[in-house]
Amino acid sequence: MNIVFLIVQQTMFFSIPLLIVALGGMFTERGGVTNIALDGMMIMGAFTSIFFINQMQGSMSGQTLLILAILIAVGTGMVFSLLLAYSAINMKSDQIIGGTALNMFAPAFAIYVARTLQDNGVQQITFSNTFRIPSVPLLGDIPILGGLFFKNAYITTYIGFTILVLAVIVLYKTKFGLRLRACGEHPQAADSVGINVYRMRYAGVVISGALAGLGGLVFVIPTSTNFNATVAGYGFLALAVMIFGQWKPLRILFAAFFFGLMKTIASAYSVIPVLATASIPSDIYKMVPFIATLVVLAFSSKKSQAPRAVAVPYDKGSR
Amino acid sequence: MRKAKDIMLSDGANNAFSSLFAIFIGLVFGFIVLLISNPSEAVQGFTIILKGGFNTNAKGLGQVLYFATPLIMTGLSVGFAFKTGLFNIGAAGQFIMGAFTAVYIGVKWTFLPAPLHWMVAILGAALIGGLWALIPGLMKAYLNVHEVISTIMMNYIGMYTANFLIKATVYDSKKALSMNTAPSSVLPKGGLDYVFYNPLGNGKDLSTVNSGIWIAILLAIVMYIILNKTTFGYELKACGFNKHASRYAGINEKRNIVLSMVIAGALAGIGGALLYLSGANGRHIKVVDVLATEGFNGIPVALLGLSNPIGIIFSAIFISYITQGGNYMQTLDFVPEVIDIIIACIIYFSAFSLVFRSIIPRIMRFRKDKAAATAEAEAAVAGGEQTERREQE
Repeated sequence: MNIVFLIVQQTMFFSIPLLIVALGGMFTERGGVTNIALDGMMIMGAFTSIFFINQMQGSMSGQTLLILAILIAVGTGMVFSLLLAYSAINMKSDQIIGGTALNMFAPAFAIYVARTLQDNGVQQITFSNTFRIPSVPLLGDIPILGGLFFKNAYITTYIGFTILVLAVIVLYKTKFGLRLRACGEHPQAADSVGINVYRMRYAGVVISGALAGLGGLVFVIPTSTNFNATVAGYGFLALAVMIFGQWKPLRILFAAFFFGLMKTIASAYSVIPVLATASIPSDIYKMVPFIATLVVLAFSSKKSQAPRAVAVPYDKGSR
Repeated sequence: MRKAKDIMLSDGANNAFSSLFAIFIGLVFGFIVLLISNPSEAVQGFTIILKGGFNTNAKGLGQVLYFATPLIMTGLSVGFAFKTGLFNIGAAGQFIMGAFTAVYIGVKWTFLPAPLHWMVAILGAALIGGLWALIPGLMKAYLNVHEVISTIMMNYIGMYTANFLIKATVYDSKKALSMNTAPSSVLPKGGLDYVFYNPLGNGKDLSTVNSGIWIAILLAIVMYIILNKTTFGYELKACGFNKHASRYAGINEKRNIVLSMVIAGALAGIGGALLYLSGANGRHIKVVDVLATEGFNGIPVALLGLSNPIGIIFSAIFISYITQGGNYMQTLDFVPEVIDIIIACIIYFSAFSLVFRSIIPRIMRFRKDKAAATAEAEAAVAGGEQTERREQE
């Protein structure tokens, strides 16, 4: 039973950042801008917030520090995403190329700044993990369920689910969500009824930046004690999760947990009795999430329901 | 006078202009980064970047060419796929799989005689690199899987596969690197040892550059001919411009997507072979969980070279040149990652180049009364074609 608890808890650690970032990707693509720079935005968000934790952990600890770090991660992601928004919306440049530039920039920037600012000149930023909640009061005592969801948890897990609920409401129940989706499907039509397409697309990109920045922090905190200018390709996995989830929040939740489980198998195979005895090299396990992504995409892309105007710059003059 | 103006108005000059502009902005940005992090040494550090390979004379220039070789190949890989409207981010995976294959053949197939050995190694690398790109190609053509996602996944799968296979077959565990390949598999110097060396006592301190650079340049010319002088190349480019129109014209666009990916993968794979078949003094494959940078740097190389094979030769040498400069800059406590920041900045601004490309001719043509109307019309057409602009010569 303990193994099951462990696997579920691990799956949470890997799934929640995927969920958050994929939801971010959903917002920007629903608005009509493709965001291949999710990985870079995760790195930037993780970098500034972990650096903040590294600097401040002497004077505070626990949930207060984590919440401040979350705000910093969100802010960083938003600012960084403006670069993509400017190139994709104002300059109407190729969104994949702009995103690739940001993906190259983020790790280089994180390494450069870390090595310049840290006294010992190393690129890893270490932090001590004071954020784990051993057991949530009351809820943690529920048999089985408490062990599955309310022990060894992080507030980020619950933030992730809150974001999911908010995403569903915002996308489907608000005027903003309707307008955003219109801009991703047929921006000319949206423009003709007085919606400012540029502004809506900016909103989509900035939301994705905020969520990706947060996702970067959420990914690093439970799985490591240092940040090494990488999020292990998670931003790209999140893109695949978004496609597998067909740009719909609840399906994205399902997809994120599927990949989270794959990733858990890849990283925790040594504690799972059946896999530990199979003596398969670790490199093979590390491939599992990526192979699973390809297989899943092969089956789910044929009838893709991508927003129609995604990756097409909006030009008022064109018809 | 008239002639000079025509040259300035030509597409080629216009494109080169926008690339140079992106490079200029990137360098300025890099200088600002240096200035912020260490004002007193910034000028000195920036000078070292600009001096690039010249910091260590003839040998340094040889090293620039040595490291430009794989960049030409991955740049050709990305650029060739661009021409067909595909974005091959998977050069890193194709590169490392090709590299492993070449090293494996180089170490194990010692029964082959000298010139044949390295040729077979290169062909093997091309084959496996092509195979690695075949999967995303097929998935794109028949299953509608976007090649950007699938090639990224293939990058990671390729990295782990190569690590696994190297450790299982050709691993030098003392150095934690791949083994030296057999002397018969090392690429010949191709006359470059007479030029790129620094005198060392009575002997020569040789650069590792070898005939790989000749092979890369030759392949660039071959790619140029295929794209511009053959029916096959024309069909590939037509698919890049408009998939639906080319299908209507009787071109098998699915076959072309797959072929274009396979050729792109083979080019990247050869890049892996050319870098690592360079003897004991050359590079060896490191077994680390990091995607091959040569693969990713193929993207800026292709963008700066505007996907033109001949342009790619020059842009690869440029990227290699400033990267060498970045390495020498470490003597001043600067972090070499500033080069990556500069390159990222260059890509970012090269994505803007559409704007420059439509503005520059507009300014130039403004004075011509008669031509003004056509220029406006052409600018409008250019605006409508922005999604296909990468394919423009």
